[in-house]
Amino acid sequence: MPEITAAKGEGSSMSKANAHMVFPSGNQNRKAARIQAAALRWLVRIAALLTAAVLLFLIGYILVMGIPNLKPSLFEWEYNSENVSLVPSLINTVLMTAFSLLIATPLGIFAAIWLVEYARRGNRLVRVVRITTETLQGIPSIVYGLFGMLFFVTQLHWGYSLIAGAFTLSIMVLPVIMRTTEEALMAVPDSYREGSFGLGAGKLRTVFTIVLPSAMPGILSGVILAIGRIVGETAALIYTASSVAKIPESVFSSTRTLAVHMYLLSNEGLHVDATYGTAVVLLVLVLGINCLSSFIAGRLAKK
Amino acid sequence: MKTKTSKTREKVMQGVFTACACISILAVALICIFLFANGVPTIFEIGPLNFLLGTTWKPGNDIYGILPMILGSLYVTAGAIIVGVPVGLLTAVYMSKFASPRVNRVLLPAVQLLAGIPSVVYGFFGMVVLVPAVQAMVKSDFFKDVLGVKGGKGMSLFTAAVLLGIMILPTIITVSKASLDAVPASYYEGSLALGATHERSVFFAVLPAAKSGVMSAVILGIGRAIGETMAVVMVAGNQTWMPQGLFKGLRTMTSNIVIEMGYAAGLHREALIATGVVLFVFILLINLCFSIVKGGSKNA
Repeated sequence: MPEITAAKGEGSSMSKANAHMVFPSGNQNRKAARIQAAALRWLVRIAALLTAAVLLFLIGYILVMGIPNLKPSLFEWEYNSENVSLVPSLINTVLMTAFSLLIATPLGIFAAIWLVEYARRGNRLVRVVRITTETLQGIPSIVYGLFGMLFFVTQLHWGYSLIAGAFTLSIMVLPVIMRTTEEALMAVPDSYREGSFGLGAGKLRTVFTIVLPSAMPGILSGVILAIGRIVGETAALIYTASSVAKIPESVFSSTRTLAVHMYLLSNEGLHVDATYGTAVVLLVLVLGINCLSSFIAGRLAKK
Repeated sequence: MKTKTSKTREKVMQGVFTACACISILAVALICIFLFANGVPTIFEIGPLNFLLGTTWKPGNDIYGILPMILGSLYVTAGAIIVGVPVGLLTAVYMSKFASPRVNRVLLPAVQLLAGIPSVVYGFFGMVVLVPAVQAMVKSDFFKDVLGVKGGKGMSLFTAAVLLGIMILPTIITVSKASLDAVPASYYEGSLALGATHERSVFFAVLPAAKSGVMSAVILGIGRAIGETMAVVMVAGNQTWMPQGLFKGLRTMTSNIVIEMGYAAGLHREALIATGVVLFVFILLINLCFSIVKGGSKNA
């Protein structure tokens, strides 16, 4: 999805708010104006309340229904159709996350370094990179899944495997990491760079020893955000990493991550209790990761 | 000597950085090439009109018409926008212009949490909560006798639209709130000075000025809703007939791929990839609209 940016300077339609709309006809409408104000006030309050209520109900419902179902059998080492244990999928999720980040993080950070530190403004390549990154952000995960299946699984003959899934996901989270790193790098004051150059350091040394360390918290929050997306992803993995619920023997083994596990369980509909339990684990995991990310970003903003 | 090696190192690393930046170009190019190279010949093999406008999807008989799925995607997306945009926009107005900082300290993280919930969890929630609720609703006497809705199902267009409406809330809220926050305070103050109430100033002076930001929020929401897969599969019913009504099941393009790809082979599989191509074209068009709206607001 193209990144959320504050639309600035949208002044063109100010003339629309012409006087008679704002202020109909003097005193006799004062009561009507008061009623309208109260109505609008309550309208926005109700909307906000509704949003909050939906969130509370959703999380509350999953937790209340799920926590009593967190039975020890869910956490057995081996998966079988009896215990529907989530442990192998959990381990697979960790492996999948690690591999995807191993690919996407350096690429994303280096690309952002180029955009911020090296590229000249107005460079045509910069424009193309930005457009393609925005395009990548808008592509739905099922299309990534299809591409991964056609390219990594079929064309490169990797089969349904951990590595095919990891490569697919790394393309998916690349824009997330690039964006946040770019913002973090731009937030580093130019005086840091000038100071470093003034002491005789080269550009590369300045980037790695001065700029990157000061941008680290911002980059970290982006990487954690990417982890959250990887852990919650299903559609891009079903036809790339597929669904073998075992700890993989090699990177070319098929693996089932927790989100895929959750989908398959709820699709079968045979183990509703276990599905609730799995939902709790997945939800808490992803929300925890997201909270960590915004916590780090928040501490950064305070500084 | 030393300066020379460091100079080459600088050059090499600059090359590495540039190459990494080009990865996203490479990725988009590969995605386009592989999808189109696999999908477009299939579309021509089936016949573009038969494929895009065919109303029957029967892989068993080699009949591949995806109009039901295209319409399904469009209906579900439209429903999600109808449900999600009013609530999301009003919430954004509340957070930007009405809420105290203390309330916002709770609401902002709440919206972020909503954005972070994985789509399978949304889907599961829809399956165990929304579907039975809608089922009970359409089976009620009020629906049967007063509204004349007969044979409605829990897994339906309506359910999917409500669930997707919830899922696009965070997108709508964050983007509209950002554009509301960016409207200069002088607009609001000018309106107040003319004697308008706070509410009136917000709704008739600030909100119209944030119009293009709200538009981009809606477009982003459309993009998210049309591409959503797992949640829709779990609540929409997935029948391949032409959409028959608000309380009847239907199938979207995304669900079509996820449901059948597992066992498809030959032309069937190709047709599913071609479905993905059609979806991809929709997404590219939406992205294009987004950059036009965003570019327009920058020029203004």
